[in-house]
Amino acid sequence: MQRRVACMWFPRLASDRALRLRPLDGPFALTIRESNTNRIHCLNHAAEREGLHAGMPLADARSFCPEVLSAEADPEGDTRFLHALRRWATRYCPWVGLEGKDGLVLDVTGSTHLWGGEAGMLTDMRQRLLRTGLSVRLGIGDTRGAAWALARHSEGRAAPGAPLAALTFLPASSLRIPAETAMALQQLGLHTIGDLAKAPRAPLTRRFGPELLLRLDQALGQQPEQITPLEEPPHYGVRISLPDPIGLTADVMALTERLLRRLCETLKTHETGARSLCLTLRRVDGGSQQVELRLAAAMRDPSRILPLFERGVGEVDAGFGIDQMRIEATQVEPLPVQQLSHSAAVQTGQIEDLITRVGTRIGLENIQRFVPADSHIPERAFHSVPAAWSSPESGWSAPRPRPLRLFPPEPIAGSGTEPPRSFRWRRIAMETDRAIGPERIAPEWWLEDEAWRSGLRDYWHVQTRQGRRLWLFHTPQNPGWFVHGEFA
Amino acid sequence: MRRSGDMFGVMSRNLSTSFPLRPARVHEAYGSAAPVLAAVACGQVEGSLFWITENWLPERLNPLGLSTFLDPARLLTARTGSQIDSLAIAEETLRDGSLGLVVLETTRPLNLREGRRLQLAAKAGGTPGLCIIPEGMGSNAAETRWKAEPLPSLESRDSTLMRWNLKKNKSGTLGAWDVRWDAETRRLHVVSPAGE
Repeated sequence: MQRRVACMWFPRLASDRALRLRPLDGPFALTIRESNTNRIHCLNHAAEREGLHAGMPLADARSFCPEVLSAEADPEGDTRFLHALRRWATRYCPWVGLEGKDGLVLDVTGSTHLWGGEAGMLTDMRQRLLRTGLSVRLGIGDTRGAAWALARHSEGRAAPGAPLAALTFLPASSLRIPAETAMALQQLGLHTIGDLAKAPRAPLTRRFGPELLLRLDQALGQQPEQITPLEEPPHYGVRISLPDPIGLTADVMALTERLLRRLCETLKTHETGARSLCLTLRRVDGGSQQVELRLAAAMRDPSRILPLFERGVGEVDAGFGIDQMRIEATQVEPLPVQQLSHSAAVQTGQIEDLITRVGTRIGLENIQRFVPADSHIPERAFHSVPAAWSSPESGWSAPRPRPLRLFPPEPIAGSGTEPPRSFRWRRIAMETDRAIGPERIAPEWWLEDEAWRSGLRDYWHVQTRQGRRLWLFHTPQNPGWFVHGEFA
Repeated sequence: MRRSGDMFGVMSRNLSTSFPLRPARVHEAYGSAAPVLAAVACGQVEGSLFWITENWLPERLNPLGLSTFLDPARLLTARTGSQIDSLAIAEETLRDGSLGLVVLETTRPLNLREGRRLQLAAKAGGTPGLCIIPEGMGSNAAETRWKAEPLPSLESRDSTLMRWNLKKNKSGTLGAWDVRWDAETRRLHVVSPAGE
């Protein structure tokens, strides 16, 4: 079967996308910051008619056409949009690749008859894209090179089997060659592809290197060229539709288990684990309810995930019944298979399940663990981090005895650099029995910290006659006494 | 001083009959050294630990201070919005059975139903629990109730002399002990009470 390749070129992809989000009349340009100048990145037809062109500094464009409206370009968003278009284009054929930053290439061999021939397919493409507000140039030919040349330079169709016929009168620059090469060819008098095909090959190779003739041969089908379709990202969603609505918690859980088993199969083949799941229950009256589950660790074991849904499913209002269920892993993480050994702890994972269960009630962020931090400031010598996103760390060392509990500094009456002989703290009269200190701690000036504005601190370990052992500090630069913690 | 003479007889009783907290039961502690008692209890069990507090309390555990009692990496803390949440989590964690000890700080009295539910959960999971309660807000369901107060000590700097007073014991006798934590060997020493 004769290979047929179609090429879509979106000459105004970026501005069309911006105008789709916020339509407006009149000249419009997207700008991008390049070497300290805002330059026009992409512009609409009205702006082009005003004499503006891509690459022009925005200031110049304003002087040509004061009413031009502009916005910042978002190249990453454009790339995402092109990927979405690529996915959409798989409706025409399964073999769709990207062509540069603003085009798609489709291997439509054997699928054109579904649209009543090539002309019908091109019409369908054009109509659908125009309806979404995208300007497109289409080309179809025997090779990728021919389709590209036609899309860029003379929209249309090359008859199958005779690639040169359609390309003869196209300029040499339509061969996907650098602009300098095209310019040099023009100076040699080789204006069109037809000229180039007739010219002797050896001198051309000697002058321009092998690339020029490779491109020519690719366009004429004498050299093969691949189209690389992108891999579809794995889809972690499963659904089930029921002939009759259900309403019992046990039934919903049973179906959830069936869905989870299918989902976990997918997770297993991709060696990933779900980090958060969303169960959507569609009711017969059209309403839908969602049960979200955030897991403390990536997992793909249905028997472990299922009990974690119990609390959420129990709260669902089934109304007149549920007739459709869908479960999706909204966040996945790589989870490679691991070698099991009989010496490893069997109960690993039980804590994570517990954290998840508790986390559904108070929020996963509120279950924390301590990790050591590198600071001599008492309250910054450790971090409290959510346990679900951290692992236990060792390396705890207190250079000097530290209190068991810390609280925000509580002022007490006192003067001088020695701890007061007697003081009142939390309405209790205390007498200092013994004081050990001072331990001077300087603020970390490189970090802004409201609590350490008062400057240096001299810490004292104070043993009171009443028994309590307190951690007092004195701020010599800003005289005052405070209680900061209590020892064991 | 503060000690009454009749306590000396009780003090000779062995602490080990009641102190490593009886498993699968919920205990209570109050007094200003109650967190120390909890830390000591944490240090004496295996496995992960869960410490539940309400998020509005200004006091924070300091893992560096805690590191003389246990490895802070074993500890998980939960910060809840209300005591209802705290109790629900305590029940869930006690029932789970994978933890070594669950410490719960309460701010209002537990009624009999709440205390009983915690006991049932502890029994189901085989995990001991310890509630740090404000003084006088104990629950009748508690297995033991301890009053822990620091004592002034005359010797070294890092002394942790405390008086642990067993105020309630459902299966055993009461008692009072003067104890000291040895950070080097991570052991609890019962010391003889200082004479007047």
